[in-house]
Amino acid sequence: MSDAVSDRPNQTGKRRSLFNKLELDLRLLGMVGAFVLICLLFNILTGGQFVTPRNLFNLTIQTVSVAIMATGMVFIIVTRHIDLAVGALLATCSAVMAMTQTSWAVDLLGLAPGHPMLAWIAIVAGVIVGALIGGFQGFIVGYLSVPSFIVTLGGLLVWRNVAWYLTSGQTIGPLNETFQLFGGINGTLGATGSWIAGIVAAAAALFALFNARRAKMRHDFPVKPVWAEALVGAIFVVVILGFIAILNAYQVPERVLARQFEAQGLEVPAGYTASYGLPISVLLLIAVAVVMTVIARKTRFGRYIFATGGNPDAAELSGIDTRALTVKVFALMGVLVALAALVASSRLTFHSNDIGTLDELRVIAAAVIGGTALAGGVGTIYGAILGALIMQSLQSGMAMVGVDAPLQNIVVGTVLVLAVLIDIIYRRRVEG
Amino acid sequence: MAMTTETDRSGTPLVSMKNISIAFGGVQAVDDVSIDVYPGEVVGLLGHNGAGKSTLIKILAGAYRADSGEIRINGELADIRSPADARKYNIETIYQTLALADNLDASANLFLGRELTTPFGLVDDSAMEAETRKIMKRLNPNFKKFSVPVSALSGGQRQSVAIARAVYFNAKIVIMDEPTAALGVHETEMVADLIKELKSQGLGIFLISHDTREMMALCDRVSVMKNGALVGSERVEDVTEDDILSMIILGKNPKREAA
Repeated sequence: MSDAVSDRPNQTGKRRSLFNKLELDLRLLGMVGAFVLICLLFNILTGGQFVTPRNLFNLTIQTVSVAIMATGMVFIIVTRHIDLAVGALLATCSAVMAMTQTSWAVDLLGLAPGHPMLAWIAIVAGVIVGALIGGFQGFIVGYLSVPSFIVTLGGLLVWRNVAWYLTSGQTIGPLNETFQLFGGINGTLGATGSWIAGIVAAAAALFALFNARRAKMRHDFPVKPVWAEALVGAIFVVVILGFIAILNAYQVPERVLARQFEAQGLEVPAGYTASYGLPISVLLLIAVAVVMTVIARKTRFGRYIFATGGNPDAAELSGIDTRALTVKVFALMGVLVALAALVASSRLTFHSNDIGTLDELRVIAAAVIGGTALAGGVGTIYGAILGALIMQSLQSGMAMVGVDAPLQNIVVGTVLVLAVLIDIIYRRRVEG
Repeated sequence: MAMTTETDRSGTPLVSMKNISIAFGGVQAVDDVSIDVYPGEVVGLLGHNGAGKSTLIKILAGAYRADSGEIRINGELADIRSPADARKYNIETIYQTLALADNLDASANLFLGRELTTPFGLVDDSAMEAETRKIMKRLNPNFKKFSVPVSALSGGQRQSVAIARAVYFNAKIVIMDEPTAALGVHETEMVADLIKELKSQGLGIFLISHDTREMMALCDRVSVMKNGALVGSERVEDVTEDDILSMIILGKNPKREAA
């Protein structure tokens, strides 16, 4: 896209050529800008309560569930489909995982309630169910040619009530302690672990940049100037380590510490403090983001997803089995929904009947705000995650300011439509 | 009028489609049609819109499956059920609509369905771009836009991507469905030159076009279809443009009628 712009150098002058050198995505900058603006705005409105380690920590763990699903929704929308059943499927996966660890696996395998193995068995069961149901919906869409809108609209009702049926409508909890590690505040890496994770991530990012440059040079392709490359690398490192620093700045409150030490029959040593650090759920999101980005950009599967979205006929004539592709894309969505269900239910520490309600709208909104085009063929994983973060910060911010609940939803709905409008105008400018 | 020496038609045809029929919901789109092409030969398919040319050719390309009839490649019965099968027989198709994914760049399109991969099984974009640069240097030296989506390319540039795709994978049989329909004069010449080059390399080419004059210049033989049926196949040196036109319009072969 940046090259398409560079064909008309006179139009925008020097500033754009700087962006070209950096090969930074203008849309990405726009989203980051919007996020920063929202943060600053709410920080002023709440009198400095919004941009605090505590709130940013909370914001992060609240975003994870929707963000994980939004990465899958990118593939769905890129292939010109839609999935309205993710919220309901989340409830089914959550119900399966809750029932497995509290009842089914306990009875079947004779494990003591609370056994750590139960958590893993439950997760595997949930992921399998998610993949099967997703794949099943994909089969109806791909092979039986029922529009995905209808299949998943039906699914929205079906899976919500399958969940209800499985649990007899009861709230299931508290969930297994090992399971709860994926919920956010109950499972974090602590200060040292977080720094290690951050440094590994920063090193990996630099290595990826270096590798991409080397591959280009090996084939004598034009590369960015070294200073531009270094600047991009520096931005990556600062963002990653800054993020870790913020999370580490959130201290475990004294009463929580006291309770933890008390459980072991100890007293809190004088001057002792501990940080929460990086939540395991966020680590899971990062892992999902990396895997999904690699799938999108570096695998045949991903290439075919985008080709099919760009021109389904061309994809088919190129020998791509678009039907099987549809099944795979929906099955992948199901797996991600199951992971989101893991995070969502363990954050609450129980499974409830209404878990995931309206998540389909949040997930679709996150993907679309993140630049995924409903016409298909265009979308990025990082965009969807940023979209989820923007949505969540809007919602959290309004809640903190004390905006009435109905008004909150009115604003979120309006923002969704506005974001798409801005996106359409932007595309017209760039491509028109 | 034919541009090159006589094609040797004594041996086995490269492709022979025999008694092909296909119907879509009661409409007989192709009705018992037989055509063939020899190595180093260009066979033109002519006819009105809806005469069944594209449908016939899509059967060879694996996009449709014939209700009846057989396809032989080098004399051997070929089982073509999908575009992927057609590629196995080294049949490459350049479609009227170009069949490019607009949102992908030139090399992604060139290798679509046949990506080069690294030892880890990931797509090797740099290697594919390098190959794309090589073949483009040969086909269209002015082509420079390797890292933009093909939607940003001109008609001629897009056509050269589509052609590169057919040429790169060592096609033996090339199907071109109105390859010059959307092109300017210069670009049309480029395609004509390319057809001659492929022909001299011994490929068999099926060419679909509405432009009778262009067909007379490029083809060795023409087959005319009307309403799904074959009106006749003639060597271009045996017929005039008027003969072909009357075959297209009237569905009668004046040469045979006269005899």
